[in-house]
Amino acid sequence: MSRIAGCFEQLKGQGRKALIPYLTAGDPNLETTLSLMHALVANGADIIELGFPFTDPTSDGPVIQRAVERALANNTSLKGVLETVTRFREENETTPVVLMGYLNPVECMGYQKFTDAAVTAGVDGVLIVDMPPEESHDLEEIIHKTALDGIFLVAPTTSDSRVGYICKQSSGYVYYVSLKGVTGAGNLDIESVKENLARVGANTDLPVGVGFGIKDARSARQISEIADAVVVGSALINKIAELDASKHYSREELQTHIALIKEMRDAMDA
Amino acid sequence: MSESKMNYGEYNSPDEHGHFGPYGGIFVGETLMPALDELNRKYAELKADPAFWAEFDYDLKHYVGRPSPLYFAERLTNKLGGARVFLKREDLNHTGAHKVNNTIGQALLAKAMGKTRIIAETGAGQHGVASATVAARLGLECHVYMGVEDIQRQSANVYRMKMLGANVVGVDSGSRTLKDAMNEALRDWATNVDNTYYIIGTVAGPHPYPMLVRDFQSVIGREAREQCIELTGRLPDTLVACVGGGSNAIGLFYPFIPDESVAMVGVEAGGHGLETGEHAAPLCTGQPGVLHGNRTYLMNDENGQILDTHSISAGLDYPGVGPEHSWLKDLHRATYTSVTDDETLEAFRMLTRVEGIMPALETSHAIAWVMKEAPKLPRDHIIIVNLSGRGDKDMHTVAQIEGMTL
Repeated sequence: MSRIAGCFEQLKGQGRKALIPYLTAGDPNLETTLSLMHALVANGADIIELGFPFTDPTSDGPVIQRAVERALANNTSLKGVLETVTRFREENETTPVVLMGYLNPVECMGYQKFTDAAVTAGVDGVLIVDMPPEESHDLEEIIHKTALDGIFLVAPTTSDSRVGYICKQSSGYVYYVSLKGVTGAGNLDIESVKENLARVGANTDLPVGVGFGIKDARSARQISEIADAVVVGSALINKIAELDASKHYSREELQTHIALIKEMRDAMDA
Repeated sequence: MSESKMNYGEYNSPDEHGHFGPYGGIFVGETLMPALDELNRKYAELKADPAFWAEFDYDLKHYVGRPSPLYFAERLTNKLGGARVFLKREDLNHTGAHKVNNTIGQALLAKAMGKTRIIAETGAGQHGVASATVAARLGLECHVYMGVEDIQRQSANVYRMKMLGANVVGVDSGSRTLKDAMNEALRDWATNVDNTYYIIGTVAGPHPYPMLVRDFQSVIGREAREQCIELTGRLPDTLVACVGGGSNAIGLFYPFIPDESVAMVGVEAGGHGLETGEHAAPLCTGQPGVLHGNRTYLMNDENGQILDTHSISAGLDYPGVGPEHSWLKDLHRATYTSVTDDETLEAFRMLTRVEGIMPALETSHAIAWVMKEAPKLPRDHIIIVNLSGRGDKDMHTVAQIEGMTL
């Protein structure tokens, strides 16, 4: 069983939902990213979505765009991000890590080399935002020979027949994008999310995570009542943006700084 | 099909998934997938409907002023002393460039799909003006995304768009040029996908855009082919066009693809010179990658990050290129080269003085190639240059280079 499947099974047994924070690797630098990953786990994160930066993040709003710009300003590369996962695994062998980003850095590294490096580093899943299942054949063929999960997005605009197609291609979990727009946008419409989750659930036994628009303990709690996992990105990045790139932070300091995650955890478990 | 055995009479790209060989395709976030599917299905339906093309042709004739002339540039030919040079006068179109051929076609699509809001990206502002123009004509709301650097160097076009009722949105991220304007337009589209039609201005972006923009722009090549035969009794030997995204080039090239005797040359922006790295010539220097919804030749670093580009012309200042050009390059059906900013300026001045035709700086790249190559070719060699746009919008840039303030 993959680390992701194991994680969801364990949570299910405990009657709990997964909390999945997203952070952009290299913001403000990879050293702090590594400490942040441990701090996230200490604050109750179940799975970490680790974004590798790309110059042109067309599905992201201003908050993540700026995070990516900060990461690229210190030359964060996909290779460096993979090395960070290796270092994370030196201390943590249980928390699943999902690499998330855009296709071009992966194309540039080469699909086989990327997959090998991800497996070696201890990555558990891959989510390429601008690679729909239709264009994923070559990469998925390589990934499916490994234990890596291939995660895909479902959006409010996705038709019923397409939901089935996407779910069939997915493993690990399905990521439901809660609203039309880019990351960090708008307000959640819980009723609409609920209806759409029913459409996804009818097509798959995989856990379904919900992301986009979850910004505080309250919205995390609301989503956890209807989904298997809560993904939080921009709200966390806003906190990380306050960090000083030139400063060294202890894990304890970071844990306090991103107390938002602990608040979400507590609200979800209450 | 092996490259050398390619029978161009059977050239039939893209396939149903939008692939030109290994290029093209659909690489976008899931939110946009259904919108692209809807567009693809609607276009397939209309493409088979003669009434749609009748309306398109009517608009091109009565609103745009087509056919555009194929003009024998006799003084230029004599001055260069080699091949005979003909100019396909897209600069005489309404709004001053080839861009309007495409926006007329896509406006008909938007109307047929019942969309009430138009968005577009623009570099030089010509596509923005052409989009604002068709939006005004249809009474639709129009938002044009434009990099703040381009807003400065193409201020005349910015004002034109505003006069036409469009909202020009400055994009301050990344390199603050065309690439970033396209990022922002894609974000807008994902947010307002229900009521919004995105008019992409070039033969790039996700399928079906490279195909449908090509189809609308192909009127250039179809006319040029007929006109050349009428004027000279035969097909041309060489076609030349500048290539940024590549819509004016594909528009001229496409109808000639089966005519294997006709050479095709795309001229990219060499900026300060390819060796300096400060240019916008992905076909000359780049490698395949994925940007803005399609796989194509790109300018990126060793980590797959898109590089900043440089060109004197805002319309060519783009790190990617339409996927069909990538395919034509690999097939060796077209060749791609570049000229520098300086060569471009020289061509701009020369065509203006010798023929009384002031070309856009984008177009001047194609003229610069002709200035270098035509003298080496015999008198019976026929070159058709796509004179893709007029240069009025560039007065500010050229004056600044010459140390003058307008």
